[in-house]
Amino acid sequence: MTPIESAAVIDEILGSSDWKDDLLARFAPGTRIVSAMSGGVDSSVATALLAAAGFEVVGVSMRLGSSGARAAGHSGCCSLDDFDDARRVAALLDVPHYIVDLRDVFDAKVMTPFVETYLAGRTPNPCTLCNRDVKFDAFWDYARTAGAEAVATGHYCRILQGRGGLELHTGEDPSKDQSYFLFTLQGEELDRTLFPVGALAKDDVRRLAEGLSLPVANKPESQDICFVSGRSYAEVVEERAAHDQLRPGAIVNEAGESVGEHAGVHRFTIGQRKGLPGGASEKQYVTAIDAEKGEVRLGSGDALFREQLFVDGVRWTGHEYKGDAEVRLRHRHDPEPCRLIPESTGVRVELVAPVRGITPGQAAVWYQGSRVLGGGWIASS
Amino acid sequence: MYLDHNAGGRIRAEVAAAITEWLQEPVANPSSLHAAGRRARDAMEAARDEVAGLLRAAPGEIVFTGSGSEANSLAVLGVARSGDKLFSTAIEHASVLASLEAAARLGATTHWLGVDAHGRVSPDAVAQTVAGGRLVSLGWGNGEIGVLQPVAEVAVALAELPASERPLLHTDAVQVVGVEDLDVGAVPVDLLTLSGHKLGAPPGIGALFVRRDVTLTPLVHGGPQERERRAGTENLLGIIGFGVAAKLARQDREARVHRIRSLRERLWSHLSPACGPVDRYDEEPSLPGTLSVGFRGLRGDALLVALDAVGVAASTGSACAAGAPEPSHVLRALGYDDDAARSVLRFSLGSDLDDDAIDQAGRAICGVVAEARRREGQP
Repeated sequence: MTPIESAAVIDEILGSSDWKDDLLARFAPGTRIVSAMSGGVDSSVATALLAAAGFEVVGVSMRLGSSGARAAGHSGCCSLDDFDDARRVAALLDVPHYIVDLRDVFDAKVMTPFVETYLAGRTPNPCTLCNRDVKFDAFWDYARTAGAEAVATGHYCRILQGRGGLELHTGEDPSKDQSYFLFTLQGEELDRTLFPVGALAKDDVRRLAEGLSLPVANKPESQDICFVSGRSYAEVVEERAAHDQLRPGAIVNEAGESVGEHAGVHRFTIGQRKGLPGGASEKQYVTAIDAEKGEVRLGSGDALFREQLFVDGVRWTGHEYKGDAEVRLRHRHDPEPCRLIPESTGVRVELVAPVRGITPGQAAVWYQGSRVLGGGWIASS
Repeated sequence: MYLDHNAGGRIRAEVAAAITEWLQEPVANPSSLHAAGRRARDAMEAARDEVAGLLRAAPGEIVFTGSGSEANSLAVLGVARSGDKLFSTAIEHASVLASLEAAARLGATTHWLGVDAHGRVSPDAVAQTVAGGRLVSLGWGNGEIGVLQPVAEVAVALAELPASERPLLHTDAVQVVGVEDLDVGAVPVDLLTLSGHKLGAPPGIGALFVRRDVTLTPLVHGGPQERERRAGTENLLGIIGFGVAAKLARQDREARVHRIRSLRERLWSHLSPACGPVDRYDEEPSLPGTLSVGFRGLRGDALLVALDAVGVAASTGSACAAGAPEPSHVLRALGYDDDAARSVLRFSLGSDLDDDAIDQAGRAICGVVAEARRREGQP
């Protein structure tokens, strides 16, 4: 399909050619853009939009995990089937397609912290690390050497021109917004990034995939963390960790009495209710994890509420900000009104109303309306 | 600007003509007894004569296979038994390394021969190490860095071992066919791998030379084809093409080698010093058409994308199952770190190139590398 033919199909489905103006606002036609192709619907449509807008598009799939020929039944991203899907889409769009091996970066920057965070009694956020250190760092290095001016991904996020420069905003479709995982993007990273589907609704993306006859139009969405697929997080941790790194120990109730044993703190997350010993009069939740002692503490739901939290490893999308904002404490949760107080080692977040189940290790991302101000890692609450 | 001849290349016009002629009538099965079958058989055996002639081997010593990789697998797994000691180097083609691993799973043991900084073995050291072993497998010419092994000297050194101690000698000669004079009388190897597409035949046809006194267990079981060493209806058209290509390879070998070597040096003169800090990994004696260059500080796989965009076809050397280029296992085995192994591009030349094409490619490569260095903020 030629770019002109696909552009006509896209215009008809979306009812206008605004999509093209949006894409061409920052880069001229003919600019080389590397499009990260997972083989899924979103990045396939993103690639189609770029090609139809007249960019010189290069499709690249990342090999991140053990997606060798023998990894049968692997259904997360980066399976050989996904690479084949990406290749088919690229061929249809007359876009060259390559695969880049980033397994070593992924292992060092995503898998290792994932395991270590769980072993330390916290709950990791691998997707954010993968975006920060793989997709928008190592992958960009590759794309830059390959002659690209920018990389594009299929994330539902928007980069908009604000008064003080480029701003990161939530995706137009609130049910698909992925800004929570992208808060680390700053300044020049925004300059060289495109999110072609960020201004679209998921339904439109599906309709575009069908209208353009992309062979992935009916592909189911991946729900889980890509490298977990079909296993439990605990299994992934146990596969990789040395046996003496696991922290088994006691499960204790609010009174400090032991009510059971567990095989390792990595099997628990704050606010968890499943898999705990029964017998208490009230519903019990994990309220604290002490990896040092190997202790998992239980309590009532009330004990999970917090009025403030401390966030470290902070990145501001633009400038540091002090004052009223909203904070999202996990993906797909509604943002909570809050006040941000930057301190020397991080940001104190005072919540307007107490929030339940704040999980150390997860990202806290602050917003003003649709705009991402920045974020960091929940250190304590 | 096609500079990937170690991976594949142009089918020679005479080969295409010979194959096309056979497309005009039913392609009979060489095992059939009727006239058409007998004609097919005769054509196949004439081709076998040509391939055998290239090696100064007897026709009965040639087993046609589906590829060089299959021939390598047949050489290793066809002779290895449980308990056997197998010797090779860490810089071999993946088909040899993986076949050795497969043999190890069946109870053989694998042992690695040391190589020097350029990837070359020492014939005397090999002979001293391998006594009592079953097989020594050495790639004659390395497809990634071009190094030529002293296969003839190794064969001579092994011949001095007592017969009861002497292992079989296999050489993967895929990259040197048409380059070196392959005379299995003068260089007494026991098993030798060839591939048709390195000679201008279509891909999908290979051959294994099996010395008359070597007993081979087949990998493909079934019919009596190839004297029960490789079952399955023969790839007649591929074999016919291979035969023509083998005949041509004998005719113009020396002139072609000389020309390709001078093209390689011409390309190198474009790259150094114009491309900034570069490391050259091929060193004579080496394959005449292989230029292995590390562009220090840059990722070779990313350069490939930019080169592809300007019409230069090159390679990093090896790729995984998914098709992603991987850091060269050859350079890693020679002690280079991942960054060095990742920075390498292999340019492999064929006789269909001329000076103008090389000049054009050299300028295009330098342009791409300079642009990449500028973007990386490198000098």
